[in-house]
Amino acid sequence: MTLDVLYFAWIRERIGEPRETVDSNAATVADLIDELKQREDRYALAFSDLRAVRVAVDQTLVDFHAPLAGAREVAFFPPMTGG
Amino acid sequence: MAVKVQAENFDLAAELAGFGQGAGAVVTFTGLVRDTDEGTLDHMLIEHYPAMTQKALGDIETQARTRWALTDCLILHRFGALKPGAQIMMVATASAHRADAFAAAEFLMDYLKSRAPFWKKEVGTKGEVWVAAKDSDETALDRWTK
Repeated sequence: MTLDVLYFAWIRERIGEPRETVDSNAATVADLIDELKQREDRYALAFSDLRAVRVAVDQTLVDFHAPLAGAREVAFFPPMTGG
Repeated sequence: MAVKVQAENFDLAAELAGFGQGAGAVVTFTGLVRDTDEGTLDHMLIEHYPAMTQKALGDIETQARTRWALTDCLILHRFGALKPGAQIMMVATASAHRADAFAAAEFLMDYLKSRAPFWKKEVGTKGEVWVAAKDSDETALDRWTK
């Protein structure tokens, strides 16, 4: 499946781009993270401490066990600091 | 009822013109860019996730309207580069009596802090640093889930 993967804040800076298209076989968000970490060090670095990472699938916050079936957009970002 | 996400500054008086007509109470909160204790902040850079922001803010607003008897509700949040003292965001709530308006405004602020997809970076004379979320921001949500 083809996913739009988006990165924000320091995760975007570590990975070096705001978004990319990823061809993935991942069943869950956690699987996708594992696939990305295999690619290059910059991904491994960005995802080295998942306690500092939040994820949204199709603009809805989910946890790392969330399934990706039917998903189009996955976004990774640090805990939000609005207000 | 409105949600606004914009780069431009806002005029509180203009935003409140006609807001909550017929209500007995209007509560507003305005958040400003705070300088560092050392006064080293040049500007705050606010990044957001446009496709998610409107949805997240709309969800938070809907929750507030479900919990309290609000006659009107406004959430406005800016993004981009903002100087110390600049207005970042505002919420306004209107209800028949003040208790609902105050509670809903606090609820909106607590949820905006940690459930709206914004990230702040302090850009100063000594470098750049992403503002970290505080544990207290997360625990602030607990009181609304009990």
